[in-house]
Amino acid sequence: MTQIIAPEKVNLTFAPNQSDNFKSGVMAEFSQETLAMTKRLFIQLQRRPSTLIAGIIQPFMWLVLFGALFYNAPKGLFGNELNYAQFLAPGIIIFTAFSGALNAGLPVMFDREFGFLNRLLVAPLSTRYSIVAASTIYIIALTFIQTAVIVIASAFLGAGWPSLAGLGAIALIVFLIVLAVTALSLGLAFALPGHIELIAVIFVTNLPLLFASTALAPLNFMAGWLQIIASLNPLTYAIEPIRYLYLHSDWSINSVVMETPWGEFSFGNVLLILLAFAALILLTIQPLLKKRFA
Amino acid sequence: MTVAVSIKNLQKRYGNTEAVKNVSFSVNSGEIFGLLGPNGAGKTTTIRCLTTLAKPDAGEIMISGISAIANPRLARQKIGYVAQEVALDKMLTGREMLQLQADLYHLKPKFAQPRIEQLINALGLQEYADNKTGTYSGGIRKRLDLAAGLLHQPEVLVLDEPSVGLDIESRFIFWDFLRELKKAGTTVLITSHYLEEIDALADRLAIIDQGIIISEGSPNELKDKIGGDRITLRIREFTSENEANNAKNLLVSLPFVTEVIINKAQGNSLNLVVTQGNNLSKIETSLTSLNLPIFSMSQSRPSLDDVYLAATGRTLIDAELAAAGSRDLKAEKKQQMK
Ligand SMILES: Nc1ncnc2c1ncn2[C@@H]1O[C@H](COP(=O)(O)OP(=O)(O)OP(=O)(O)O)[C@@H](O)[C@H]1O
Ligand SMILES: [Mg+2]
Repeated sequence: MTQIIAPEKVNLTFAPNQSDNFKSGVMAEFSQETLAMTKRLFIQLQRRPSTLIAGIIQPFMWLVLFGALFYNAPKGLFGNELNYAQFLAPGIIIFTAFSGALNAGLPVMFDREFGFLNRLLVAPLSTRYSIVAASTIYIIALTFIQTAVIVIASAFLGAGWPSLAGLGAIALIVFLIVLAVTALSLGLAFALPGHIELIAVIFVTNLPLLFASTALAPLNFMAGWLQIIASLNPLTYAIEPIRYLYLHSDWSINSVVMETPWGEFSFGNVLLILLAFAALILLTIQPLLKKRFA
Repeated sequence: MTVAVSIKNLQKRYGNTEAVKNVSFSVNSGEIFGLLGPNGAGKTTTIRCLTTLAKPDAGEIMISGISAIANPRLARQKIGYVAQEVALDKMLTGREMLQLQADLYHLKPKFAQPRIEQLINALGLQEYADNKTGTYSGGIRKRLDLAAGLLHQPEVLVLDEPSVGLDIESRFIFWDFLRELKKAGTTVLITSHYLEEIDALADRLAIIDQGIIISEGSPNELKDKIGGDRITLRIREFTSENEANNAKNLLVSLPFVTEVIINKAQGNSLNLVVTQGNNLSKIETSLTSLNLPIFSMSQSRPSLDDVYLAATGRTLIDAELAAAGSRDLKAEKKQQMK
């Protein structure tokens, strides 16, 4: 320590009537703490952009590789007038969003392991959901960038463009799935003992959920048992409506966007299911956030 | 006098370890209070309960009238916490860390900005504030962490072993800083296993050992309570056991001597517990009668170590050494994350 600390030059007084210095109101507090934590994630990204770069290259490679894999598939195999690029784009969009969100818990887990999380937990946060909110905003932003890249790349690979309203609807679906899965991953980050376990869970969930959805192949390609699983898989409920949006410019909330062994689902149904899925997870993780005595 | 922190019958166990068995003490507003104890005594566990990071199994924790257990969010507002292990985001600069902290405590920007600059200056961080914290040395990290803890002008500043890893000079500067803080009205609760630190800083202290508070009071009160003075006597630089024993037998028979211990580790020097008063000349006279020389002799008030020794039957250093062998740090870290 070379310089001398000169405390007499500063006002170190704790002011008993200091409330003037603080924001008040739950919304003001929530947005302040959430923005601050979000900003931290973006600063990290800016100084360590490799995650973003990898996150853009990876879906691009999926598109190219899977596209090439089925390049010579018989015409009409994936449905009339449907080429594989069109079929694939929605699957890759959702899978990318899902993977990104599933990994959201990792930074939080590392914060826990390095003790940084304690800094957040001893602070008078208005709610610990702001930790979830910050991660969600961050992942959403990343996912939207990735989604844009996928949509553009797919257009070049022959998938065409969804309508403008369709793009908005895609954004909404992506948002819901990211919200749900980010919350799930953060819940795990609070619940599991360490990052090894979290990585293990991510590892065994990620690809199996991809293959047990309609991301790469339609339901009617699958074995009966897998059809059932895929029809239960929330990813399918996100992929199918986007696929519909890619093919139909004249869609509405009542359009039937998917068929499962237990019936047809309209666009509105699917949105409700995704919403319910997100709400269910947010409620489930509440005790985990509170666990350390909120 | 108002009470800033009051802890009553606190208990906390981790699995089979009773980290805190029964801890009670209270910290008055505006004082520096020391929690002194050897490694593994339960200091950090107590602090984790106080800062709402751990939920006590039993007991009561009040922070200026607010229960940290019933009302953790309000309690958090009143505390500034400098943890034993500094956790910074190594990708952020010091200034960005402070900004983040300011937002976590909901400071208004117009207050936060000057406050951040103030603390950067006060803690001599100007040169480092815009470097990533990943490049900081241990001392700089500690100082930034202290700045972060002070940002919201907490009523109570809680420091868990702040001077571990600081060089002597930094430590003194740190102490001065805490004294200034106290002058300005902040209550400071500091844990330490350095006697000198608590002796030099604390207005009052509690000694904790194996999860139990064994005494509480001002340094002087505690020293007075165990009574007497201490005399350290060296007959020669290295005294033979025989001579030391002879001297001991002679000295215990003196009326003002209550106890004599031969310290083998210190070249068979003699440690005497005596009643207060000028005893040195009398000792000198009796030693001369046995034809024993005096290499060095000094009388002093009991130290906090003597207080600890009197209460536990071992010195703080011995307790540290015993604790060092018996902890599973990895398992603790795991537990702590829960
Ligand atoms: N998370 C934990 N899991 C299991 N045992 C723990 C945990 N934390 C502390 N302990 C045990 O509880 C006792 C008190 O530990 P604590 O960390 O509170 O001591 P301390 O006084 O802070 O020690 P130090 O001076 O080394 O920091 C020790 O025996 C320790 O092994
Ligand atoms: Mg400790």
